[in-house]
Amino acid sequence: MFIPYDNATPTSHTEARSDVPALELTQVSARYPGTHQLALQEIQFCVKPATRVALVGPNGSGKSTLLKVAAGLLPLVSGTARVFGKPVGQTHARVAYLPQRGELDWKFPISLRKLVLTGRYVHLGWLRQPSRQDWALADEAIARMRLTDLAERQISELSGGQQQRALIARAIAQDADLLLLDEPLNAVDVTTREVVSQVLTELQQHCKTVLIATHDLDHLNTQFDAALYLVDGRQVEVVGN
Amino acid sequence: MNLIELLVAPFRYTFMQTAALAGILVAVTCATLGVYVVLRRMAFIGDALSHTVLPGLVIAYLNQWNIFGGAIVASVLTSLAIGWLSRRREVREDTAIGILFTGMFALGILLISTVRSFRDFTHMLFGYILGVTNDQLITIGIITLIVIVTLIALHKELELTSFDSLHAATIGLRADWLRYVLLVLMALAVVAAIQAVGVVLTSALLVVPAAAASLLTNRLPRMMVLASGIAIVSALAGLYASYYLDVASGASIVLACIACFAVAWAVRAVRERPAGY
Repeated sequence: MFIPYDNATPTSHTEARSDVPALELTQVSARYPGTHQLALQEIQFCVKPATRVALVGPNGSGKSTLLKVAAGLLPLVSGTARVFGKPVGQTHARVAYLPQRGELDWKFPISLRKLVLTGRYVHLGWLRQPSRQDWALADEAIARMRLTDLAERQISELSGGQQQRALIARAIAQDADLLLLDEPLNAVDVTTREVVSQVLTELQQHCKTVLIATHDLDHLNTQFDAALYLVDGRQVEVVGN
Repeated sequence: MNLIELLVAPFRYTFMQTAALAGILVAVTCATLGVYVVLRRMAFIGDALSHTVLPGLVIAYLNQWNIFGGAIVASVLTSLAIGWLSRRREVREDTAIGILFTGMFALGILLISTVRSFRDFTHMLFGYILGVTNDQLITIGIITLIVIVTLIALHKELELTSFDSLHAATIGLRADWLRYVLLVLMALAVVAAIQAVGVVLTSALLVVPAAAASLLTNRLPRMMVLASGIAIVSALAGLYASYYLDVASGASIVLACIACFAVAWAVRAVRERPAGY
């Protein structure tokens, strides 16, 4: 028996191929709890399914905030945010959010394999334990990120690049349709860059949508279908959307 | 007497058998839960909970109510208050907890002072495992069952929210709700442990065996089993000390835990020393 973690209803992956936007922000404003200043102001943006979109802007421009709004982690002050046509927060299984690496306790005693397995929990809900298939999907994701040799290693022993790959492996294991990545290539090694870039391309080919907050402007034209420029929480320019 | 006789002799007495069983149950309850207490850095909260049950114990005693019931009410209310305070911004969490627990402990001492003699309350403060009754043993057993079943049922959720509450929130899992569950389990464990080691030393049972286990393994389930083993050995060692040396059982149990921690530390130091030394 499946008991979901919240009242979200299971959703179908077939919608990823339809015309329903993967993410639709309509006049979205948001602020962090306990603050008065708006971190995002009147964002109007649409992400088409199966596209790779960049969020670009200086530090403090609102990139991470926008990703958190899309992940349902930050309440809206005004406007609406929808993921595959449903209000944010009702599509947990279809959204994977990868924060910047510092937001996780990397000293916790858990193996890489177990970390990646947690990507399957949204499909298990309360009380159910991971099945052999869940473990197999986790192992497959680990292999795609070329981390098989490190599967039983403690996450505290991983390098920064390996940690980043582990988080992406978790998103792959989750089989999310919308991946929200916060600066995934920040301060990582060459191998990680190559593997991550390759996997993101493969994901897009499998109709996954990827929204990436990045400082890297070098490959905007070649690697992204669209870009949203943010400054001080405001939308400055939309390119290619 | 040979060693076997020394080990077996105390358990010819029913009160020792009851005390041993209570000690084992309390050890398992506190040690398994204590792994989360240590990993989630909630040791101070554990200490606070054990002190804040005192007014509940005293009020129940003075009104001739069930003292376990009084302790459960006080500790559960405190755990919920701690959970609520932790989410507020007016004061820092550790400050808020410090104010709460010192105030409640002082209230308990004040209530004790209204009674002419402190004698009846030393068992509450310092524990008296040798005086555990069958009814109290049943209560401890029920608490153990509740704690262990809950930890097993919610294992993956508790583990996830311990190191990645952001991912938990993303998948719709309420980390704050699970924290309340953990606090209530801690409250129940504290009530069970008070009989063994008393209000003053209960937090040691929550923290020390788990801390020792964390030095020896980095796998969560193994850590819980190891912590339970350490706690059980310490409980039995404390009982033997109490029986043969006529010393306080609660303090003996805690000191045995500390000794186990020292051994674990030494083992880890030997494991990690550079080759050739």
